[in-house]
Amino acid sequence: MKRIFVNEDWCLGCHLCEYHCANANLGGVTARDMVRNLKGKDIVPRIQVEDGEDGIHFAVSCRHCYEPQCVRACITGALTQEDGVIRFNTEKCVGCYTCVLNCPYGCIMPSDPNEGQGHVVQKCELCLSNKTGEPACVAHCPNKAIVLEERD
Amino acid sequence: MKIVIIGNSAAAVGCIEGIRLADKAADILVITNEPYHTYSRPLISYLLAGKTDLERMKYRPDTFYTDNNVNVMYATSVTAIDAKTQTVHWQKENVNGSVPYDKLLIATGSVPFVPPMAGLETVAKQTTFMSLDDAKFLQENVSADTRVFIIGAGLIGLKCAEGLSEITKDITVCDLAPQILPSILDKDASSLMQKVLEKNGVKLLLGDTADKFEGNTATMKSGKVVDFDVLVLAVGVRSNVTLAKDAGAEVNRGIVTDEFARTNLVNVYAAGDCAESFDISANVKRVLALLPNAYAQGRTAGLHIAGITNKPYDNAIPMNAIGFWGTHILSAGSYSGDVTIDTDGETYYRLTAIENGKLVGYIRIGDIRRAGIYTDLIKSQTPLENLNINVATTAPGLAAFSKQARIAKLGGVER
Repeated sequence: MKRIFVNEDWCLGCHLCEYHCANANLGGVTARDMVRNLKGKDIVPRIQVEDGEDGIHFAVSCRHCYEPQCVRACITGALTQEDGVIRFNTEKCVGCYTCVLNCPYGCIMPSDPNEGQGHVVQKCELCLSNKTGEPACVAHCPNKAIVLEERD
Repeated sequence: MKIVIIGNSAAAVGCIEGIRLADKAADILVITNEPYHTYSRPLISYLLAGKTDLERMKYRPDTFYTDNNVNVMYATSVTAIDAKTQTVHWQKENVNGSVPYDKLLIATGSVPFVPPMAGLETVAKQTTFMSLDDAKFLQENVSADTRVFIIGAGLIGLKCAEGLSEITKDITVCDLAPQILPSILDKDASSLMQKVLEKNGVKLLLGDTADKFEGNTATMKSGKVVDFDVLVLAVGVRSNVTLAKDAGAEVNRGIVTDEFARTNLVNVYAAGDCAESFDISANVKRVLALLPNAYAQGRTAGLHIAGITNKPYDNAIPMNAIGFWGTHILSAGSYSGDVTIDTDGETYYRLTAIENGKLVGYIRIGDIRRAGIYTDLIKSQTPLENLNINVATTAPGLAAFSKQARIAKLGGVER
């Protein structure tokens, strides 16, 4: 199965992937939809760029683990593993954040930008649930630091 | 092979999913004393609050048993386990029967602990808060003007209070302990959460409990009087070990199990709230009565039953994710060693416990983002000297790791 990987030596720390991710998951298809979807909003991307010390940058999104601790810990059955992809069901999720407690990569987050209020979680689904047709972070990374590859 | 599972909650589901990874053919029978499809017990408070419903609180889809080729005997009590003949005896209404097993999983969960209280039998409307039937009882008996009195300010009592607060505003909770949530929070974190509860109208009587009941009136140890319409008993839970004990299994607080969830009885496994696990954050065997633990231990049993003998359950720790009125608490591990606390007393609280150069526990209230990175530090017992951050003061992130460690984490595929 193809997964998203980041090459931290090539990551510029531009955070563009975060904007494209947020846009794609708010129904955007092209970069032109960004204004409508993101202007004036606090965005909550499913991929997050960490800016470390010494000029290190890297983007992190769901690893789609073979043995996903989030899925096993989920108290509702909202998180599932389907053909290797970790999916979530917002109807079933009650926002208890047991998955946040269990993800070793910090890749599941409350979907509310201000977090709290029992809001449901969200995570990368490799853009399978939106209209982009391919992972938006990969498609729009200007330095090809984020790739979709088979590394099994 | 004939596998019998007693219980139908997270440990049972974990066991079924574990078995089916390696064995599609084994005959699996689930015996449950409830009449329901597998459902998530922690969701009963969300049901009261209207944040889920009977359909959505199903822990697995309707097709789960057929997809996994599992037979289920609903509303059936197991009356005895005969470990010598490998037979389970059951009763459904007035019918008795027995079924042989090659492998048995005991996943009987926990039962409410109700201490003796004078006059308790005079209370007309009372319930514990563990099961879907308990939640249905409260839905039927609590309306906008109902006065609810909850004994116990732990996880169960307070989630019940939060759920019921969507129905009635008249809720009183008492606890003999001087603080709320003593099982997961230290005193300071508890006072922060106490403010959240009181701000949302829950009346708390701490360091006090009911001395006697006369109908709808409770007289407290302090002499205070509490009038109520519905009583909820949420003092605590105990592992449901009766069947195992009678069958000769070794039992402490819970059924004693090894790292593959095996009991001392041949071909008998135990998992979930009824069993003990080895807590690696405190180096002690204890009952970890929480859903993720039940699933993981049940799955371990299932894998072992199916012949996969190299997948032990060897990284159990206590952990909890719980929220009240939008203020979330994540906690993990044990609060021993050097404990650092950072809080403003109102909006956030961070406790960090470090022992022998390793993170052994934490509490995060307020900003809980990415806390799982720290849970993993506890489980993996990573020496903190390998990290370039202070875990007590820095928000969780993978920048904490060396480049080499990070590339291994992010560049490969986690098996």
